[in-house]
Amino acid sequence: MKYLILIQSNAQSLAVWETLSEQQRTDFGLGHLRLDEEMREAGVLVASEGLGDPALATQVSVRDGRTITSDGPYAEVKEHLAGFYLIDVADLGEAVAWAAKAPDAAYTRVEVRPVLDMSTWEI
Amino acid sequence: MGDLTGLLRDSAPRVLAAVVRRYGDFDACEDAVQEALIAAARQWPEAGVPEQPGNWLITVASRRRVEMLRTETARRRREEAMLHEPAPQARGDDELALLQLCCHPALSVPAQVTLTLRAVGGLTTAEIARALLLPEATVGQRISRAKQRIRETGGRFEPPTDLTAVRHVLYLIFNEGHTASSGDALNRVDLTREAIRLTRQLRRRLPDDGEVAGLLALMLLTDARRPARTGPDGTLIPLAEQDRSRWDAAAIAEGVAIITDTLARAPIGPFQVQAAIAAVHGEAARAADTDWPQILALYGLLHALAPSPMVTLNRIVAQAMVDGPRAGLAALDEAAADPVPARHHRTVAVRAHLLELAGDRAAARDCYRRAARLTLSRPEQRYLESRAAQMTPEEL
Repeated sequence: MKYLILIQSNAQSLAVWETLSEQQRTDFGLGHLRLDEEMREAGVLVASEGLGDPALATQVSVRDGRTITSDGPYAEVKEHLAGFYLIDVADLGEAVAWAAKAPDAAYTRVEVRPVLDMSTWEI
Repeated sequence: MGDLTGLLRDSAPRVLAAVVRRYGDFDACEDAVQEALIAAARQWPEAGVPEQPGNWLITVASRRRVEMLRTETARRRREEAMLHEPAPQARGDDELALLQLCCHPALSVPAQVTLTLRAVGGLTTAEIARALLLPEATVGQRISRAKQRIRETGGRFEPPTDLTAVRHVLYLIFNEGHTASSGDALNRVDLTREAIRLTRQLRRRLPDDGEVAGLLALMLLTDARRPARTGPDGTLIPLAEQDRSRWDAAAIAEGVAIITDTLARAPIGPFQVQAAIAAVHGEAARAADTDWPQILALYGLLHALAPSPMVTLNRIVAQAMVDGPRAGLAALDEAAADPVPARHHRTVAVRAHLLELAGDRAAARDCYRRAARLTLSRPEQRYLESRAAQMTPEEL
């Protein structure tokens, strides 16, 4: 089963970040690098990335066959996706165990979402 | 699957087993056999298939295994001696030992599945990655990690005494075929067929194991319905609405024959009962001809042998078909007192179906919608949403 671990950035996480010492911030970054490496080594990592600031976002829409773009976030949002880990594990329990290793979990929280698949069941 | 690919995959477990028995370390032997298989895939189309392809592969893999160790100078002397020993021979029960090793309890379930596909199924890392919809690097790492784990835990190469884990892994590979069966499967290994092939191999080795036979029959009978299970646009078609003329009659006949024969002579087990249920469905020319009392009795038996929330749910469906939807709904209320099945989308989907049968379309619509939100399956989600849309109140 694939699960997405979402790392959100919001007012609470920013407030926590402000309180961290230089050393804690370094450890935080290293914690993500180590988690990435650990997932890769265990053969569960599908993909993981940190995302650029929402100020760097581009909105794309197509109208009458024309592609229209505009810069910046879609709207003033209180929370945005800062990064993610996509993993493939046996079940939710294992996904949660990995999510608990994200440095963010110790300060704020991370979210685990199951990914839809093509499984079927005779209804 | 081309003849050559089929030949190589069929040979893989025998070759690996022979080499592991000789040299001991599963880890390095597995790498050596992969290289021998790749060499064969390159050379045979032009040079022709050797007279004894299995022996050719064993010889090349053994040589490769020795070469790998030669680089370690400390071991050179011992390896030189090995090189001059005759090549190991294939032996029947080695394949079982190999299968057992791949399903080692120290491995996570995804690791067991991946390692079995590679070591016993003879699939390449790239083929497994495409079949499981994973990056090749992830699969490669999963395999080397699994082999390392076996080495650390001292997994022994010996014939299994209990095949439960092996059967379970084969069953999971079969199910994985359903899970990953999206779109055009060209250039992708069909894991459903792969599971059937491996289970057939296992049954040839163990003709007296009733549960292996039951598992094979269950796979054949389930896979037989595949052509009718989805519409041209990929939508899910429930059992009751499938065009049964599209079922694979030969696969059903084979599955029915296997399970009939097995039930008569082997101690009963959960796979046999599930195969028997699939056989009852398979033998009904129309949905209306289904022998529901027999299915209900079989689910009762399955519940006694291997109770699970899914078995309870299926038994309730059968009960509703025998005693009417209201009886089914009452049984569902009772079962839903347990929080685990109550939260599951299939419990909600079954409730929706029974409410629809009972004529309560408004309540059915709510349940179909709720089930659609809770499912993790795309085809099921589409099916449940379309069902909800059909539940608009009757026109006046």
